[in-house]
Amino acid sequence: MIRAIVVFVLLAIFPLVMQAMDNLFYVSFASRVLIYAIAATSLNLALGYGGMVSFGHAAFFGGGAFVVGILALEGVRSAWIAWPVAIAVAALAACIIGALSLRTRGVYFIMITLAFAQMIYYIFVSLKTYGGDDGLQLPGRSTVGFGTLGNDIVWYYVVLAILALVLYAVHRLVHSRFGRVIDAIRENEARAEAIGFPVYRYKLLCFVIAGAAGGLAGALIANQSSYVSPSLLHWIQSGTLMIMVIVGGVGTLWGGVIGAAVLLGLEHLIADYRIAWLAKLAPNYQDHAGLAVGIVLLTIVMLAPEGIAGLFARPKEK
Amino acid sequence: MPASLFLEQTLNGLQFGLMLFLLAAGLTLVFGIMDMINLAHGSLYMIGAYFMASFAQMTGSFWGGMALALVATAIVGALLEMSLLRRLYGRDHLTQVLATFAIILIANEVVRIVWGSQPMLLNTPADLAGPVTLPGGMQYASYRLAIIAVGAVVALLLYLLVAKTRVGMLVRAGASNREMAIAMGVNIRRLFTAVFALGAALCALAGAMLGPILAVQVGMGETILILAFVVIVIGGIGSIRGAFVGSLLVGIVDTGGRAFLPLFFGVFLPPQFASAAGPAVASVLIYLLMAVVLYFRPQGLFPARG
Repeated sequence: MIRAIVVFVLLAIFPLVMQAMDNLFYVSFASRVLIYAIAATSLNLALGYGGMVSFGHAAFFGGGAFVVGILALEGVRSAWIAWPVAIAVAALAACIIGALSLRTRGVYFIMITLAFAQMIYYIFVSLKTYGGDDGLQLPGRSTVGFGTLGNDIVWYYVVLAILALVLYAVHRLVHSRFGRVIDAIRENEARAEAIGFPVYRYKLLCFVIAGAAGGLAGALIANQSSYVSPSLLHWIQSGTLMIMVIVGGVGTLWGGVIGAAVLLGLEHLIADYRIAWLAKLAPNYQDHAGLAVGIVLLTIVMLAPEGIAGLFARPKEK
Repeated sequence: MPASLFLEQTLNGLQFGLMLFLLAAGLTLVFGIMDMINLAHGSLYMIGAYFMASFAQMTGSFWGGMALALVATAIVGALLEMSLLRRLYGRDHLTQVLATFAIILIANEVVRIVWGSQPMLLNTPADLAGPVTLPGGMQYASYRLAIIAVGAVVALLLYLLVAKTRVGMLVRAGASNREMAIAMGVNIRRLFTAVFALGAALCALAGAMLGPILAVQVGMGETILILAFVVIVIGGIGSIRGAFVGSLLVGIVDTGGRAFLPLFFGVFLPPQFASAAGPAVASVLIYLLMAVVLYFRPQGLFPARG
């Protein structure tokens, strides 16, 4: 609890420090990280807590972004309407995809969720009215009726507040009766079934909540740069979110946040900072950020199997 | 609908399906025997295609270059298995996904460093450059026919290898029950390095044969990788027969969908809708196929494990 408060206080004063240093770029970058943190946290709910390895989370993330984008193009720019609609559409999609996919398990579940996400990707790529391959350029951020979200510092605080709400909700959910049942199902599905829990319905509900939260993150990412790219729906996006969760820590509250910060931070660090001694060895090394990211990921897999959050965790409190 | 168009699309579908099979065969064995999700399989396909482009240039011969590319990619595959992938067998699927995703990133950048970002050109061999006239008077690219022939021969050889030889028997034993195979004294480690090297060589063959038709470029592995996964999931993980049926199914459905759906929609939709809806539904078709197969047969068409 104290740790969470410290983290959020630090995050809250971050833009003030950056403003003092006249470095507003990092405020915008940080809101992107926070949005990805929400997306990764939502996936962690299904993947880490629910034990459902979904390889199609981009469907909800990108789907939410497209709902906001399409509504904006049709003239509905109010956040009070567009964001709940994005969440509802993502939840509905998760309900349909989950209801069908949860009949399979293991690797087949991974692949069928991937298949559904790819279907949605191809459908949006071919919707020429709404950008197709090129994506959607929005007229600006959503409107809230008072003030404006256009200011990057205001936007940062909105995103931060939503992240705090999502983390709190996940925390409460995981420690509720529902969370305990989900725990039991992940640890031993047959036993949970035998005790009398409707396993399928519990898993589906967990999947739908994760999808809805993914849709919320999508609504935010559409606003971040006022641009919705079909690549938000691509399987590489699902893979990236999954990697954030694994890097950060599967089934830990802060896993998604840490993973998003580490992955995006690393990419940014390599692309934008020139390390002198490395540049002497390999002048073009910054063009090959993927190489360093790949090597770091491999190292994490080999050395920290529980993810980064696992390194700091107290001995399991099970 | 003209019969020649139908025949042409069927041949195209067959050609695509057979090339998919080359990838799916290796993937399904790795998956089936070691219960290992290897996302880096597509990278071997890419590396094979790049080796092919380079060696073909160096030797000046298409087939000579191909032989070298197959050997080189098999060596890369075996080294990859011995150095990294071997350590992942006992780990859970998530870890495997993360590690092999990292290998994709690394492989893409290494290829970019070695060969540059520009796509490489690979020419069809001179004696297969022109079209041939099929019985019935239809013109068809002879190189595409050669792909079908190579794919069919390799599929047959692979079937003989897996179904009729001692090595194949061990592979099947490993796929259907790994613990039992180990208990019976099969050296799974060596067997698996061999399977992996073979899978890599098959990837290189597909990359080399498709090189002149598709562009040899970074990222080519990711697109086809997902299709190969769709194939093995439809076919049933670990089953070569399933991979074969799945490949042809996916190849023909995908190619046929792209060719005929726009025509089909054109019958009852205004042209501007038909031209938009056709390709969209066609891209979705194979995923739909997979979802339907999994819904009715959650273990795929030919489950390898009894």
